[in-house]
Amino acid sequence: MLRFLARRLLWMAITLAAISFVTFVVIKLPPGDYTTTVIANAEARGQDIPDSQIAELKRHYGLDKPFLVQYWTWISGVVLHGDLGQSFAWNQSVASLIGNRVMLSILLSIGSLLFVWSIAFPIGIYSALRQYSPGDYVASFLGFIGMAVPEFMLALVMMWIGFRYFGQSVGGLFSPEYADAAWNLGKLLDLISHLWVPIVVVGVAGTAGLIRITRANLLDELHRPYVATARAKGLPEWKLLLKYPVRMSLSPFFSTVGWLLPGLISGETIVSVVMSLPTSGPLLLGAVRSQDMYLVGSFVLILSALTVIGTMLSDLALAWWDPRIRHRLSKG
Amino acid sequence: MAQPLLEVRDLQTHFELEDGVVKAVDGVSLTVPRGRTLAVVGESGCGKSVTARSILRLVERPARIVGGQILLYGDEPSDDPLDLLAAKDKRLREVRWSDIAMVFQEPMASLSLVHTIGNQIVEAIRLHDEIGKVAARERAIEMLGRVGIPDPKRRIDSYPFELSGGMRQRAMIAMALSCRPRLLIADEPTTALDVTTQAQILDLLQDLQQELGMAIMLITHDLGVAAQVADEVAVMYLGEVVEHGPATSVLSAPKHPYSQALVRSVPRLGQRGQARLAAVRGTVPPPYERPSGCRFHPRCDAFMAGKCDLTVPTRVRADDTDVACLLYGEENR
Repeated sequence: MLRFLARRLLWMAITLAAISFVTFVVIKLPPGDYTTTVIANAEARGQDIPDSQIAELKRHYGLDKPFLVQYWTWISGVVLHGDLGQSFAWNQSVASLIGNRVMLSILLSIGSLLFVWSIAFPIGIYSALRQYSPGDYVASFLGFIGMAVPEFMLALVMMWIGFRYFGQSVGGLFSPEYADAAWNLGKLLDLISHLWVPIVVVGVAGTAGLIRITRANLLDELHRPYVATARAKGLPEWKLLLKYPVRMSLSPFFSTVGWLLPGLISGETIVSVVMSLPTSGPLLLGAVRSQDMYLVGSFVLILSALTVIGTMLSDLALAWWDPRIRHRLSKG
Repeated sequence: MAQPLLEVRDLQTHFELEDGVVKAVDGVSLTVPRGRTLAVVGESGCGKSVTARSILRLVERPARIVGGQILLYGDEPSDDPLDLLAAKDKRLREVRWSDIAMVFQEPMASLSLVHTIGNQIVEAIRLHDEIGKVAARERAIEMLGRVGIPDPKRRIDSYPFELSGGMRQRAMIAMALSCRPRLLIADEPTTALDVTTQAQILDLLQDLQQELGMAIMLITHDLGVAAQVADEVAVMYLGEVVEHGPATSVLSAPKHPYSQALVRSVPRLGQRGQARLAAVRGTVPPPYERPSGCRFHPRCDAFMAGKCDLTVPTRVRADDTDVACLLYGEENR
């Protein structure tokens, strides 16, 4: 088991290194760099920037150095000093810029995950146990709608309903009076009262998908011989269903938790833009457009790290849940 | 005749499918004697397994038990028998495993792979007997030792996938016997195992029967297996029992033409190498249409036109066996 962990950690490091490099390459792919954005902005304001000033800017940001040197300066700073570099556009260190936002993104993602699980599992299990019952049809119908409706659409509709019927301040995660306040109990409660809307919006598609997955997995297990054995033993029906087929049906689910995290994070970006939430998504989008390369690189690196760690955690959870996986791991 | 342990009367279990009704079990009657072994034999699809599962009401949709009685007799002759088909769910759950336990065909599939063997056995014990975890675990270890699993103290914490097929089936048997049932229903318990292991498991079942005094109802398509362990044999064809009697009579001098054909189809040591093995003539008719009269008549060598295709034979006693064939008995002439 320890050897497995060590090997996995090594692979995680290699994966992250590869991702950071590819990200850097991709940011560099479009013609131009951050100075292009500066020039474009200046022209839009009707100003003209002399070439000497542009050269000065390039030197200031290190954009005149070769690509590999730029990458090395950045990644060595990240690894050796935990320094994520500077954002050109915001003229701030990346760390101070995104710290809070990444926290809120994680909060939103985890909140959505819990929402998805608490809704999808009971409904999925019910649907399988009462296959082709009216309840199953209703759940399937709602599930398909949930999967089919795009998230931004749902976000807009929810905002409209919130504004029209509940008079709530639409969008954002904080009421205006708390937006720039320091953290305190009032701000936390305010956050929670706002957070549930995006959680529902982000979670609906995942919920719909997970209902289908849970239902299909459980239907696969319900008529297996070991269920008949448990029934023959004289176990009460609901007890045997929970202990045997339901438990078995959750194994494939554990292995997919890892894929769920990145999905939630990308879904979250769109919703956050629409609802103007101060999470990481909108900032990332803006940074990509203005080729603010250290900001983008650090962002992608952090999100990738979360995804890789999430996958690792889901593998460990699966090993904990399913003795067959444990058995295979311990054998090498 | 002594009171049997279990009596199945006119059991009917039908599969209600979209294309029609398949009468998988259509009027099965048989008795399981106390402390002895009844083998139920017949070709695939004759309804043996469905009969076995119907006894504990384990059949699932689309199968449904539509008629009959399954009577479980008590220890005293004066006790009223319990009709399992009419029993309330709660009473039925009490009967399951503590009176009648079951062993299934696939030892890999019939145990949960994500629970230890000990967990599954202790669960069964504590469900029916009010004893503590420690005592139940000790009993489970004792049972595992009894079915010949080496080092049961360690093996009890194994998962089924860590054991070989034979060991798994032994563990399943240990679990089945952990509540000292009066009847063990074994549904093709050795079919998935190799021949050597099969012989060991059959020996084990016989030893345990002597030790614990339980009755065994063995479902098998293998007449060799039946000959090895059975005291009584019931031959099934198309959802009904066509011959029922002592194993020695039914297997060595079968009366029903179907039983005769089955026995002829078994290869024997010393048989001439050149002689072709006699298969039962024809094929099993399609499930939605049962032949009129005697269900075996289209395949029967002793077919009597105008009789077998019109008259449904009733079961009559001929010597020491019951047989449903128009060749026997006054009532059928």
